[in-house]
Amino acid sequence: MAVFRETVPRTFQEKLFELNWSVVLLLLLLGGVGVAMLYSAAEGQWNPWASRHLVRFSIGITVMLSIALFPPRFWMGMAYPIYFGALALLVGVELFGVTINGAQRWLDVGPIRMQPSEIMKIAQVLALARFYHDLPPDKVNSPYGLLVPAFLIGAPVALILHQPDLGTAVLVAVTGGAIVFLSGLSWKIIIAGGVAGFAGVIGFLNFGIADYQRQRILTFLNPEADPQGAGYHIIQSKIALGSGGLTGRGFVQGTQTQLNFLPEKQTDFIFTILGEEFGLVGGLAVLALYALVLANAVAIAASCKSVFLRLMVMGIATTFALYVFINVGMVTGMLPVVGVPLPLISYGGTVMMAVLFGFGLILGAHIHRNADPPRGAGLFG
Amino acid sequence: MKADLQEQQLKFTRRALMMGGGGALVFTALAARLHQLQVIDTERYRLLSEDNQFNFLLTPPSRGRILDRFGVPVADNRDSYRVVMIPEQAGNAEEALDRLGRVIDITPEQRDRILRNVQRSPSFRPVTIREDLDWRSFAAINLETPELPGIIPEVVEIRDYPSGSSFAHILGYVQPAPESVAGDDPLLRHPGFRIGRTGAEAAREDTLRGERGSLKVEVNAFGRVIRELPDQSIPATPGEDVRLTIDAEVQRFAHERLAGESAAAVAMDVENGDLLALVSTPGFDPNQFVTGISQTDFNALNQNEYRPLYNKALQGTYPPASTFKAVVALAALEAGVVRPEERFTCRGSIPFGDREFHCWRREGHGRVNLRDAVKTSCDVYFYEIAQRLGIERIAQAARRFGLGSAPEIGLAGVSRGIVPDPQWKLSRYGQPWAQGETLITAIGQGFMLTSPLQMAIMTARLASGRSVSPRLYQDQPVDRGEPLAINDAHMALVRDGLRAVVHEPGGTSYYTLGGLGVDGVEMAGKTGTAQVYSITAEEREAGVRTQNELPWRLRDHGMFICYAPADRPRYAVATVVEHGGGGSRAAARPARDILRLLIERDPASAGPFVAMESGSSPT
Repeated sequence: MAVFRETVPRTFQEKLFELNWSVVLLLLLLGGVGVAMLYSAAEGQWNPWASRHLVRFSIGITVMLSIALFPPRFWMGMAYPIYFGALALLVGVELFGVTINGAQRWLDVGPIRMQPSEIMKIAQVLALARFYHDLPPDKVNSPYGLLVPAFLIGAPVALILHQPDLGTAVLVAVTGGAIVFLSGLSWKIIIAGGVAGFAGVIGFLNFGIADYQRQRILTFLNPEADPQGAGYHIIQSKIALGSGGLTGRGFVQGTQTQLNFLPEKQTDFIFTILGEEFGLVGGLAVLALYALVLANAVAIAASCKSVFLRLMVMGIATTFALYVFINVGMVTGMLPVVGVPLPLISYGGTVMMAVLFGFGLILGAHIHRNADPPRGAGLFG
Repeated sequence: MKADLQEQQLKFTRRALMMGGGGALVFTALAARLHQLQVIDTERYRLLSEDNQFNFLLTPPSRGRILDRFGVPVADNRDSYRVVMIPEQAGNAEEALDRLGRVIDITPEQRDRILRNVQRSPSFRPVTIREDLDWRSFAAINLETPELPGIIPEVVEIRDYPSGSSFAHILGYVQPAPESVAGDDPLLRHPGFRIGRTGAEAAREDTLRGERGSLKVEVNAFGRVIRELPDQSIPATPGEDVRLTIDAEVQRFAHERLAGESAAAVAMDVENGDLLALVSTPGFDPNQFVTGISQTDFNALNQNEYRPLYNKALQGTYPPASTFKAVVALAALEAGVVRPEERFTCRGSIPFGDREFHCWRREGHGRVNLRDAVKTSCDVYFYEIAQRLGIERIAQAARRFGLGSAPEIGLAGVSRGIVPDPQWKLSRYGQPWAQGETLITAIGQGFMLTSPLQMAIMTARLASGRSVSPRLYQDQPVDRGEPLAINDAHMALVRDGLRAVVHEPGGTSYYTLGGLGVDGVEMAGKTGTAQVYSITAEEREAGVRTQNELPWRLRDHGMFICYAPADRPRYAVATVVEHGGGGSRAAARPARDILRLLIERDPASAGPFVAMESGSSPT
């Protein structure tokens, strides 16, 4: 009975036994790749990035394992408070935020500078998962079942767009849409919504977009038109990747990287170091690691009994997949430059903490997959 | 309810798998994109990557030197210490200058210029802070380099003229190419690169410049050089040396001998035409122009009454005055219009047309033959034979002796001078020739103008009997010229007259010179005084009687031509002292001294200079 237990583990030892070690191992590998790439980015030195990345990653893994121990009940209870707290912070950014590089994304809380949009990525997933958990299945296509998710998604997306941060807004919107899709929305409404959304995007591109964002999209369409300006990132990135060839130029041997032709190489463009120094083989290996992580996440979601856990796991996995897709698509010139990091490999504390927090929730869902908390009263009653 | 939930779970699983499939498609697209970049197009990106990685830096060639006839450098390259700042490495430029200012002096003007340049150029390009530092400052900066990031002390080549002002007019100077000349030529735009702007530096630019090289370097994205790859670089080809025919020792002596005057001197080998000295005073220091002359200094040179920037030896034109008489005497003998012993009576003047033509000696010379006339420079004698010769034959003789045309010596701005004849006068003034002008021309005055170089050529031809042409560069062919086809006896007679000028009592230079001053060597010479201003009757009344009482710019020009040894001529010298006053004396003594130095040094006998091969021993 020990193997096919239908019960929910309660003690620390039981929970540790149920931990999904393959996911933990894959995450450790990705973090290790990050440390190696940052070591190369600093021309073969531990400082300033690799060493700190290692420390943050270690802390993040610990936090992740701790999160995994919390029962789903706890997160269900926290879903709405966290969501509205994050929404309040986004409004705070709008009112008191710090402007860096023309975008108002940061909020100074005492000594900490935080980016509420990162919190919102997980908060929204929790809130939507909670909402559909409480919603009877036959109400999914009802006005109530449509309007509340529309608000839960629309409010943060609008606020983030206004910062402006197109990349995160797209990420939050698509993740929210994915959860709505998984909740069992009828195809008719999906198609109608898709058409309306497409029209909305066209309208938005014409009227609701900042000049620098429009410029990025134009640059994406024709980077060679402005090689020293906006297109520089993409051109240099493609040169780095392309010159890497099949097997790469060797660790800490990439000339594009080592001679500083890659801008922001330690953050958004870190995949180009991998491509230049380890070639197609290295790039595909890392993509495979991400794919395995995601496959595990889908399996975990499918194994969960509660709607809350299923949607939460899929929501977080979608965000993670979008990070990878947008980032790699961006550095390979398939997508515009929107400033999305490569999770666990790019240098940067906030995103790494958010990602590992999310995986803490996924691992927690795996441990507590048989739990099925009772349906709550719903958001408004 | 239960069925609903089961159906919901089924729907979820279905849709989750759809999403997983979508994700798989997306990842496949990413993989395909990577394959396209890294396998299909990799060659193209590899080349672009190398374009980024490597740069070719221009290496300026070392400029060829200019040497005198014995190989003594008169235009050389010396190491110059300069300090530059690379703004990208220096950080805040003002603070960097403050730090450096504690080690060397930086004036507020220099500071403003540097900060302007820093703002204007890309941050990786060095900006010159100060050039041509002394060794102490340079050493001090080197000592402090660890505390001065982005401040680079470096050693570069800069043009140096060790002879200073004595060679200024021959050599000219180098300067950075002006915008109009530089165009898009990267070498001419290279910081610190200079081209010849005047003199031999400009005339022989092609020989001296050399070919630029390139240094392959690895650079980072900011253009900073990470590593040099000398194996894949093309070294610069240094410019070739240019050897002059000038003897630096004679040049320097002549320059010093004429110091303080506005004067010119030309010394020439009468056999092969080698120019041994080509002097114009006052000179200027060409080194000032290399490092950038201040406006004040330039104005001082440009506005100086003595015109130091002007090469009087080539560009200045003066009436040859009595120095021309030897040529007229030869023309008269050759034309057969006068017999050698035929005498004319000089009473101090002769009437011609409706006016009197005066001899320089108011009391007259008495009865003079040709030899006496040359020796005493009797004007009346030449008025007489001029009437028999006519202007055409005088002009023809002048041209045979090199007057009236610009000699080609490989320097810009050489004057043609003027040999007047009726046709010239008609085209120049639209007036017919007046007979009196023939008389004036015969004594080298009137319209006639010659440069000191032309006077030297005339003297060399008198001395050698050949139409020898001057040469300044040893890589030019020697032009000994054709024999002038003048009867030997006629030539001997005129030369004897010229010898008597110096060596016989009554000769115009007998009291001034009396000889060359070298035992057993005689010289031949001829004085000349070109009137600049006639002392008026009123001035005479007011007591102005001598030249020295006139303002400097109104005094007569003094000139002197000479050669030695008188019996076997080898060296010729011509001098002009502007407003020298006191007749030709101011010009005669320096000319004689230069000639004496030539006889003593005998540069022609030393043979051509041959650079010694390193390692070979003299035998």
